[in-house]
Amino acid sequence: MTTYILRRLLLVIPTLFGITLLTFLLIRLAPGNAALIKGQTGENGGHAMTAEVREQTIKLYGLDKDPLTAYGDWLVKLAHLDFGQSLVDHRPVLTKIRERIGLSVSLTGSALVLSYLIAVPVGIAAALRRGQRTDRMISFVVFLLYSIPTFVAALVLILLVAGGDYLNLLPMYGANSIDASEMSGPAWAWDRIKHMILPVICLTYGSLASISRYTRVSMLEVLGQDFLRTARAKGLSERRVIFSQALRNALIPIVTVFAMELPALIGGTIIVEEIFTLPGMGQLVFQSIEARDQFVIMGVVTISAFVTLFGYLMADILYVLVDPRIRFE
Amino acid sequence: MSAPLLRVENLGIEFGPADAPVKAVDGVSFAMAAGETLAVVGESGSGKSVTALALTRLLATPPARYVSGAIQFQGREVMTMPAPELRALRGKQIAYIFQEPSSSLNPVFTIGYQIREAIEQHRPEVRDVRGEIVRALDLVGIRDAATRLGDYPHQLSGGMQQRVMIAMALACQPNLLVADEPTTALDVTIQKQIMDLLRELKSKTNMAILLITHNFGLVSDFADRVVVMFRGKIVESGPTAEVLRHPQHPYTRALIECVPKLGQKQRRLKVIDYAGIN
Repeated sequence: MTTYILRRLLLVIPTLFGITLLTFLLIRLAPGNAALIKGQTGENGGHAMTAEVREQTIKLYGLDKDPLTAYGDWLVKLAHLDFGQSLVDHRPVLTKIRERIGLSVSLTGSALVLSYLIAVPVGIAAALRRGQRTDRMISFVVFLLYSIPTFVAALVLILLVAGGDYLNLLPMYGANSIDASEMSGPAWAWDRIKHMILPVICLTYGSLASISRYTRVSMLEVLGQDFLRTARAKGLSERRVIFSQALRNALIPIVTVFAMELPALIGGTIIVEEIFTLPGMGQLVFQSIEARDQFVIMGVVTISAFVTLFGYLMADILYVLVDPRIRFE
Repeated sequence: MSAPLLRVENLGIEFGPADAPVKAVDGVSFAMAAGETLAVVGESGSGKSVTALALTRLLATPPARYVSGAIQFQGREVMTMPAPELRALRGKQIAYIFQEPSSSLNPVFTIGYQIREAIEQHRPEVRDVRGEIVRALDLVGIRDAATRLGDYPHQLSGGMQQRVMIAMALACQPNLLVADEPTTALDVTIQKQIMDLLRELKSKTNMAILLITHNFGLVSDFADRVVVMFRGKIVESGPTAEVLRHPQHPYTRALIECVPKLGQKQRRLKVIDYAGIN
């Protein structure tokens, strides 16, 4: 098992090279660059940059070098764990990521856990009542939710419970209230939770369909197995037969899918963070792409790629832990 | 015969749509005394396995429907038994071993755990559960039982898996063991070992055995009595030796002739000619 994990970790290296090289080239190939965009927006006192200043900026950012040389420079820095600076505000990329990653992890993490907590029992209920009204109702509801776009749901929710037109229960945007810095610990936490409720709902409802259907199919497959007849013949209660004997088998594929969702934690969610003005990773990525902020994009991509590969490795390891029939060679 | 251990009367079980039902079991009646060995013989689809599962109402409803009959075990009616009582009957009084040991054991639990479940369910008074599991495995001839407890089913051969099934069934000392084609999925040599084991266990305990099989060859020196089933009905029954020597029903004769005999040259295996039976 140790050799297997080591081998898999070694394979991560060439994959990371491939991902970062492709992303680097794609950014460079995209029209415009950080200097040009800065020049357009006229950040220096509202005036557009002169041609001379623009040339100097391009040189300063290394945007005049050919893409492969620039990639090489970036790699050398990365080897020293230096992700470079933002081309927009010249702050270190890692600092910018560190400021935002906590919010994204807590947001997507709560949504992920919540959707499994709801969808797995729902999927089991549907499987146990296969073809009956409960099963059909569950299918209808989860597919209905699945087909509502996030931005529509977000706007409707804001309108109904946060806009003040109908109910004014929850805050409309932001991660905290304006006066949050003056709050005590528990009051601050409560304020944060209230701000997270609507975003978490928006991130959760859509994934219920896939997870619950997945659970349902997996459960149905197990329910037809001979060993459940053995369990019943032993005199075990129906509850024990389903929740101990059957579920343990049915959860094998689901547990591993869970591990593969890890990268979503880091990537954040562009739409929800934009709508609710949450300073998370999704917003950072969105703003960086708009500004062609090359090194920030590269930093986020590198970290996400690493977490993705790690998630796949985790999924494989989980497979072995939950299914005794599988062994690493 | 003294008061029977098991009495099945006019049992009827149907599958399929209500307006065009398939009668899997049609008016079956038989009885078993304590410690007796009864073989139910018949081809695939004759209703013998369905009958066996019905004894503790193990058939899923739907698709199955119990349409008639009574099943009495030690004088208690199984058909109307409430669920908790039924669970106490299953495994404790009537235990099963099934045809396919590899799929009858749960792949994600160790064999020790699966035997433990049966003991904890029915014998809460047992203090040393682990010792009891080892004893059960010893009884069915699994060597190094103490070290094999932690094995998963896939780590054992088919014959070993069936021994584990038997150990699990016997762990609660049932009064009736239902062996539903226990050797069909096994090699001929392993078949013999398993039948020898069942014979040995029969002599050690006073347990009644209901052997379900399609193979008359297994029956002759094992069962006290034979019941022959054909298309959901019992067509013949009686003491084993008598049925084998003087089969009354043409289907029974045909089944007996299907068993290939040693030293007898045959160009083709015998098949049943259904035209001559009905």
